[in-house]
Amino acid sequence: MSRDARIGVRFVDTGESCLVVELGDRINVALNLQVHALCLSVERAGLVGVQEAVPTYRSLAIYYDPLRIGRGALKENIDELLCSTLDQVEHRSRVVEIPTVYGGEYGPDLEFVARHTSLSEDEVIRLHTEPLYHVYMLGFTGGFPYLGGLSERLSIPRLHTPRLKVPAGSVGIAGTQTGVYPLESPGGWRIIGRTSLCLFDPSRQIPTPILPGDKVRFVQIPQREFQETATAARH
Amino acid sequence: MTMHALEVVKPGLLTTVQDLGRIGCQKYGVPSSGAMDQTALRAANLLVGNEEGAAGLEATGEGPALRALADLVVAIVGPDMEPLIEGRPVECGAATEIRSGQLLELGRARRGLRAYLAIGGGIDVPLMLGSRSTCLPAAFGGFHGRALRRGDILGVGAAGRRPVDIKGRRLPRGWLGPLGEALTLRVTLGPQHDRFSPEGIRTFLTGTYRLMPEMDRMGVRLQGPPILHRSGADVISDSIPLGAIQVPADGQPIILLADRQTTGGYAKIAVVLKEDVYRLAQTTPGQVVHFRQMSVEEAQASLWRYEARFQALQQAWQSEGEHPNYILQHKNRSYRVGVEGGEGTYRVSVQEQADRKREGGEET
Repeated sequence: MSRDARIGVRFVDTGESCLVVELGDRINVALNLQVHALCLSVERAGLVGVQEAVPTYRSLAIYYDPLRIGRGALKENIDELLCSTLDQVEHRSRVVEIPTVYGGEYGPDLEFVARHTSLSEDEVIRLHTEPLYHVYMLGFTGGFPYLGGLSERLSIPRLHTPRLKVPAGSVGIAGTQTGVYPLESPGGWRIIGRTSLCLFDPSRQIPTPILPGDKVRFVQIPQREFQETATAARH
Repeated sequence: MTMHALEVVKPGLLTTVQDLGRIGCQKYGVPSSGAMDQTALRAANLLVGNEEGAAGLEATGEGPALRALADLVVAIVGPDMEPLIEGRPVECGAATEIRSGQLLELGRARRGLRAYLAIGGGIDVPLMLGSRSTCLPAAFGGFHGRALRRGDILGVGAAGRRPVDIKGRRLPRGWLGPLGEALTLRVTLGPQHDRFSPEGIRTFLTGTYRLMPEMDRMGVRLQGPPILHRSGADVISDSIPLGAIQVPADGQPIILLADRQTTGGYAKIAVVLKEDVYRLAQTTPGQVVHFRQMSVEEAQASLWRYEARFQALQQAWQSEGEHPNYILQHKNRSYRVGVEGGEGTYRVSVQEQADRKREGGEET
């Protein structure tokens, strides 16, 4: 990428051992893909003293040990990586399918969502399974995917009082977002279904099947299939 | 191979296995976890001859009672929980031998909150995502992803079998600093201080804030004069470093700690220096906190001095009673580390020096 195209880039010191590289100030898929491309090249560069890079919507946080790499040297290195990276952003086409049972005991709020949006339950399911969602980032606690691409027609407010326990794998909607709870946790999203896919397994080297920058599609499966996979996983 | 080392007779209020945390997994949404007071854990490990980052136990408020299942060397660093071995008082901040079958009991912390118990060889639990730390929010790592319970059996690593001549090793008096007193936390402003009005930033840097009862390994809430935003409290969610101070719409700051969520959407006015985050880990609800601004350069220079104190400890213990000076160098800065004393009590001094080039690699 040419020097000019880097005009929107901002280096922001965040404490004594973190440098945030802001590539813009919007939530936008193209910008987010640049973040992931920069993350990959920072990891590949293996700079001494750089401990980890954390990609988010529009910025990359680079954690470093100032005893091993100076802040000036780090900025220079990142500046070079920016030049060589942002031109050739790979549009990764990896698509992860999320097999989901909608409604019933697995999706207790499906009926409410249908009523609230004046759609039938089948239409809600169709609108939810149709898009290819973009994974902007993983965050929160243990692999929660921040997805973009929910149909505006499914936009719905959160629960007034969050549930104390939402089962792992629950698929929910809140505001203009959709997501999956990787772990059992409290939550205020409207739950429309549940997946049998394990979204967080810390015994694996890469603990999440979905990675930042991936695309995700929800695929409706019958309840019987869910139970079969769940039983298989238990044995 | 693991050797059975300790049986939990009484778990204490919240005792978990922790090391220096999980590095490299925040991009998967995995909190870094690790010891809340890394200063104390590192010192405890050095006392028993471990690597600084070996896994130890973090005891909160009231410590556990543990039965030794083998002959071990242990060290307890942090607040004085009045530890006893078979009813006899044990010195804190010193390497202590405990025989198989003996009972080690920790009581309640009077000042400070979190005590660290290191064992020669380190606590042996499986490495999960590169760390032995317990991640309570996602319930994995450490000992089965949870706090210790009665009846749990802990192992130590193989290094624990090697006899290490560390008897009588103890931290210099006052090395840890006072625990649990009114704190001034040093901060660097940013990343989103521009979301606050100049008056808001002045309030933050001059106000008196009190620690609320809502404090755990994820974070601590403070109460004080509200910090005014210029343009709303919400930002596009981004990474949250250790010690980040986020300010929601009510203007009351929250400091995020070891088990914090990896990303968040409240404006972060400043980040606390790590060294001071570890001090904060020793505070209790109701205590008072002030903030003092530092530049990033000053914060990094302070980190150098902080690390030099650990190097001085290691070198003092390696040189067994000699009184050497060491020169630590970084770029155009140079530090002289002096160690004096003996018989288990050392005086460590760190002094920044002028131009190192002129001194040409002097070493004593």
